[in-house]
Amino acid sequence: MSLSYVRTIDAPKLPAPTTTAGTWAKLRERFAPTPLSGLGTLVIAVFLAWAIWSIFQWAIIDAVWTAPDREPCNAPGAGACWPFVQAKALQWVYGFYPIELRWRPNIVFLLGGLSLAGLLIPKIPFKGWNALFFFLAFPIIAYVLLTGGRFGLEEVGTEQWGGLLVTLIVAITGIVASLPLGILLALGRRSKMPVVRTLCTGFIEIVRGVPLITVLFMASVMFPLFMPPGINPDKLLKALVGVGLFSAAYMAEVVRGGLQAIPKGQYEASMAVGLSYWRMMLLVVMPQALKVVIPGIVNSFISLFKDTSLVSIIGIFDLFNIVQSGFNDAKWASAQTGNTGYFALALIYWVFCFSMSRYSQFIERRLNTSYTR
Amino acid sequence: MKFLKLLALTSVFGFSAAAANAATLDDVKAKGFVQCGVSQGLIGFSNPDDKNNWTGLDVDFCKAVAAAVLGDATKVKYSPLSAKERFTALQSGAIDVLSRNSTWTMSRDTSLGLSFVGVTYYDGQGFMVPTKLGIKSAKELNGASVCTQTGTTTELNLADYFKANKMEYKIVAFEKNEEVLKAYQEGRCDVFTTDQSGLYAEVLKFANPADHMVLPEIISKEPLGPVVRQGDAQWFNIVKWTYYATLNAEELGVTSANVDDMKKSANPEIQRLLSVAVKNPDGTDADNDFGKGLGLGPDWAYNIVKQVGNYSEIFDRNLAQLKIARGKNALWSAGGLQYAPPIR
Repeated sequence: MSLSYVRTIDAPKLPAPTTTAGTWAKLRERFAPTPLSGLGTLVIAVFLAWAIWSIFQWAIIDAVWTAPDREPCNAPGAGACWPFVQAKALQWVYGFYPIELRWRPNIVFLLGGLSLAGLLIPKIPFKGWNALFFFLAFPIIAYVLLTGGRFGLEEVGTEQWGGLLVTLIVAITGIVASLPLGILLALGRRSKMPVVRTLCTGFIEIVRGVPLITVLFMASVMFPLFMPPGINPDKLLKALVGVGLFSAAYMAEVVRGGLQAIPKGQYEASMAVGLSYWRMMLLVVMPQALKVVIPGIVNSFISLFKDTSLVSIIGIFDLFNIVQSGFNDAKWASAQTGNTGYFALALIYWVFCFSMSRYSQFIERRLNTSYTR
Repeated sequence: MKFLKLLALTSVFGFSAAAANAATLDDVKAKGFVQCGVSQGLIGFSNPDDKNNWTGLDVDFCKAVAAAVLGDATKVKYSPLSAKERFTALQSGAIDVLSRNSTWTMSRDTSLGLSFVGVTYYDGQGFMVPTKLGIKSAKELNGASVCTQTGTTTELNLADYFKANKMEYKIVAFEKNEEVLKAYQEGRCDVFTTDQSGLYAEVLKFANPADHMVLPEIISKEPLGPVVRQGDAQWFNIVKWTYYATLNAEELGVTSANVDDMKKSANPEIQRLLSVAVKNPDGTDADNDFGKGLGLGPDWAYNIVKQVGNYSEIFDRNLAQLKIARGKNALWSAGGLQYAPPIR
């Protein structure tokens, strides 16, 4: 008996409908699912092509590549003035640090870079020693090398420092100081001791309530007036303290966010097994809390890195300020000098901030042990 | 209220304490360098070059002070200051002399505990127009649209000038200098106005500088000069006579190139400027050492001229490249305002 309703021959294999398979269909689905969005895609594509082409034309095709001074850059139709960047590049890195003494910041860059790499790359061993070096020995070495005045090194005042050197000093000091200070402030704000809590809350709210520029102005303009004559702390030092305290207040709120996210049960369980306050924080709460707020912490770091450009307001020649001061060099002042300088500046800041952001994503994935499957 | 009073007292104490910090000369000699406040970057006045050397009219004045006091024009440390910090830096003793294109005004001279020394550059508000308009004088600007910055004295001076000359104008004002420049270059107005030295400096950044010209008229007074702390008469004199020495040298034709030959000059005025030891007609030693009165060595003016130059050399070195003419900054004998009392 044959069951005629059971099919014995496979149905012919039809190709997938052209509307859902194949490169063309995929492209169409992504870029023009409806005529209206297709039009949108077209408009955006044309705009992008135009923008990229204009930048390319300005930065590469029409650009001036070699020139002894401003004249070629000021010719009609000239694009980016790269010789300006070339002439000023070393000044952008070291500021007014004496040219024959640039080996000193070089050593600092090298030591800092190596030990930072050692800390950041998980595969490299000796993390403990490395951390000890980076947080304790390195600042002292860097300070002695950069300021000099000891061990036969010629003294170099901080007013001669500048450029990327100062930007990195301000940013790294701010970053390194803000995390521990911020954690302490966050704990203090959640403390049950009224004096500690009030002080921490007061500090955080006052500092968060004023712009960084105000803090820097207070430090550089008002502060010396209240000091006895002769006592005038270094301008860079004042800026460092200002930036450090300022970022600590923001960091405190980020960390507090993490602390709030930890369930009460974790605290109670830690206390139940007899951990002291500090051990509870160190062993149970903080590792979880900090992991939660990595994006927030890195966000603060990135914004701090960019905020360092504000120190230019008080006459410190950080990267931003030194690039700008080059625009007023009569040898290079031209129609394109400013554009080129800002373009290069944007690239430099972007490289630093983008690397920080990528690294934080890497760390998040690495520590992502319990929140996703 | 009590707190405010305390604050006021502290600040007064701060000022007076700083002002009482006299004998800047001794400080400078002990330190071995002059700490000079300069602008953070102004074409022709103070600016770092590729090799970290500061250049400019204001910078050269710092060098001249160092040459007079220490005999070495390179013994200067520069403090680049923002407009807001500059006077505090001087009051607090962080710098010895402020040479930062600061306009001499009565309030600054009388109420800040500071003294303006002289006018090293007579600036004033000027006009720039595109050459194609064919305008030769600011008097022909009737009906023009003028680009300027909002909220500055520039705007007020402009109103005064056009009113006084019974001319009509339309103002196109912006918040930032860059916006003003951009608007002017895009042709949104006929005239661009700011301080004249600024006009000459900005034209360097124009894509087509030949298409623009600065009109000869100056419609406001912006006397720029060095500033010192009040209450230190000796230091005030040193800085003042450093400036006068550059002017006297120019007037007498003494330059950095010929100053050594000029020491042999028979002109008594030059002999007094360079402290050349000569005999009076009656055989006694003429007292030509005018450095003594300043507490400086006899070579004070020689060092200034030899190492930095006279006023016209300083001017040409820094401002000629901007195509700024001497104008009001010519010597009095050439129809300008630069005038120095004689050395005798």
